[in-house]
Amino acid sequence: MAKRILTALIGAAVMGIGTQAASATTLGDVKAKGFLQCGVNTGLTGFASPDASGNWSGFDVDYCKAIAAAIFGDATKVKYTPTSAKDRFPALQSGEVDVLARNTTWTINRDTALGFNFRAVNYYDGQGFMVRKSLNVKSALELSGAAVCVQTGTTTELNLADYFKANNLQYNPVVFEKLEEVNAAYDAGRCDVYTTDQSGLYSLRLTLAAPDDHIILPEIISKEPLGPAVRQGDDQWFDIVSWVHYALVGAEDFGITQANVEEMKKSTNPDIQRFLGVEADTKIGTDLGLENDWAVKIIKAVGNYGEIFDRNIGAASPLKIERGLNALWSKGGIQYAPPVR
Amino acid sequence: MTIDATIPPGKDKPTGSILNDPKVRGIIYQAITLLLLVFFIYWVTTNTIENLKRANIASGYGFLNGRAGFDVGQSLIAFTSDSTYGRALVVGFLNTILVAVTGIITATIIGFLVGIGRLSKNWLIAKLSMVYVEVFRNIPPLLVIFFWYSGVLAVLPQPRDSLALPLDMYINNRGLAFPRPVFESGAQFTFYALVIAVIASIFFARYANKKQMETGKRLPVLWTVLGLVIGLPLLTLLATGTPISFDVPIAGKFNLTGGSVVGPEFLSLFLALSFYTASFIAEIVRAGIRGVSHGQSEAAHALGVRPGLTTRLVVVPQAMRIIIPPLTSQYLNLTKNSSLAIAIGYADLVAVGGTILNQTGQAVEIVSIWIIVYLTLSLSTSLFMNWFNAKMALVER
Repeated sequence: MAKRILTALIGAAVMGIGTQAASATTLGDVKAKGFLQCGVNTGLTGFASPDASGNWSGFDVDYCKAIAAAIFGDATKVKYTPTSAKDRFPALQSGEVDVLARNTTWTINRDTALGFNFRAVNYYDGQGFMVRKSLNVKSALELSGAAVCVQTGTTTELNLADYFKANNLQYNPVVFEKLEEVNAAYDAGRCDVYTTDQSGLYSLRLTLAAPDDHIILPEIISKEPLGPAVRQGDDQWFDIVSWVHYALVGAEDFGITQANVEEMKKSTNPDIQRFLGVEADTKIGTDLGLENDWAVKIIKAVGNYGEIFDRNIGAASPLKIERGLNALWSKGGIQYAPPVR
Repeated sequence: MTIDATIPPGKDKPTGSILNDPKVRGIIYQAITLLLLVFFIYWVTTNTIENLKRANIASGYGFLNGRAGFDVGQSLIAFTSDSTYGRALVVGFLNTILVAVTGIITATIIGFLVGIGRLSKNWLIAKLSMVYVEVFRNIPPLLVIFFWYSGVLAVLPQPRDSLALPLDMYINNRGLAFPRPVFESGAQFTFYALVIAVIASIFFARYANKKQMETGKRLPVLWTVLGLVIGLPLLTLLATGTPISFDVPIAGKFNLTGGSVVGPEFLSLFLALSFYTASFIAEIVRAGIRGVSHGQSEAAHALGVRPGLTTRLVVVPQAMRIIIPPLTSQYLNLTKNSSLAIAIGYADLVAVGGTILNQTGQAVEIVSIWIIVYLTLSLSTSLFMNWFNAKMALVER
């Protein structure tokens, strides 16, 4: 671990001048090397996990693919860097990855002191608790005295301390660095409670020996807006990453899917025409540093936001997470994209 | 010029450039190396600072006074989420010391037993010791730690089926729970009695030694010392009306409550480091004993010294001189290997520092603290062992 951070640091120190000289922008760097280096989770079913032959898939992985599609028109031009909760930030700070799409909560500390930029929220989450059914616990307020498994270096760890302190409850934190270690410890009965973002709990429950023996408590103790993060100081790259998300949400709003995107190009609706870059003399993509049909490329590669959600974590996946807050603003949720104009 | 050959080489005047003078050349090369080194350090430092500035990352050690906001499972001193980052580092540091010191003691004991066992004439003991050494020496320490951790978690029962041990101790997969002594007023006298007993024992042992040197009579040192160290505090305890009570662990909702608990993380790390390092110490001990010339023990036998005394008074003191220097390296290794604690969630310096690093983003500062602490720990161990080595060295008369 320490070695990895050191490598990153030395990398930051030594490579700094080199990369700076090669190109001033992240987009230029990515284009020059021919692929996007994307920081993802080490393995969280539904969000980012490799299959037996090493192909990555998941909600966050689709964001990496969408960004690659917007730049290259080819969703396969991505290289993935699996990062633990702890080494994800040094990886992004040092330039080891171009973008971090790794269930990362947007907080003021990360936005300022750590030197990152967040804007698009691709998943509105909240922290929850999972316990064994046999303990007969119905609410998180009954958890005083429990041993709680938690991953270090997360907002979860801090929320946990705050929640138990605010409610005058005692607990014994059992802290691990890697997600797999937390899972194994909880499964082995080292702790009574597992806490992380609720989406994560649904995903982890599937990997336990007997998923039906565990329940997720109703309390949500925090706001966890998850989204892709980039380094400060490159507004163009920040815009591209943000607008990839807005394009996905916008496409769902317009009813544009992976299947009908070619057909929709013939639409007479001027909003859709502008969005898909078929309007005459448009600069909708070139202003971003991309091509005008960037939205088409994204949707062709991964579909719209709703399709990504359903395929990886929603109704069409084993996780079966409800859209909830992540439904479109027009359908009771808070997913909302600024106008493309 | 034939005269040149008679001039001593040291007074030879350089006929050409002074660059041909090996002394001057040496100084020039050293100066160039030094300059390059200084320039490299300067370049790395300024470049790091520049890069940190460009990434908008704050620097400096001021963050250590900030509120930590996270809890630590195992702590030797009081720690809550309201404590500072600095205190969290102290907690991690103490945990590292704890596992290093207990590990070093146990590893030394196991190592000496196994090392002597390998030289045993008893076939079974010798072969068992050999198997032990070959198994533990040839597995990476991280795997040994995982072995103990999964072993502890898999074998031990859930809290509700805790195994009861004698003296109100319980063991389950949350650790070993034992009664915690609660000291009431008056308990300090028992402590004082213990201190007095230990000091008295030391004086008695010295006196007994002197007596033996003078008269050849041997006093019952062992029994007197045992009587003093156990008897005196016990009598004081009874005389003051037993002001010590015990907080006994009892079954709670999730786990045993009350008493003190040693977590499975500490247990498995402690066992793993002890067993791993002991296998190396055993080999060092064996080498040390083998290194003492056979003539030494033969001479002792010839003088009529019994075999047990020969080992204790002739072989071991000489073997120690060979054993101590490599033993120091093993102690340093154990201390440094304790940073593998991070794999099983034991809150040592690296684990806690890593959490702080992640919360604050102060990578350079945290890494520098890690380096300084481990460097200080290792150098202190080295200094102590060098002192011990000097003490044990052969005194030439």
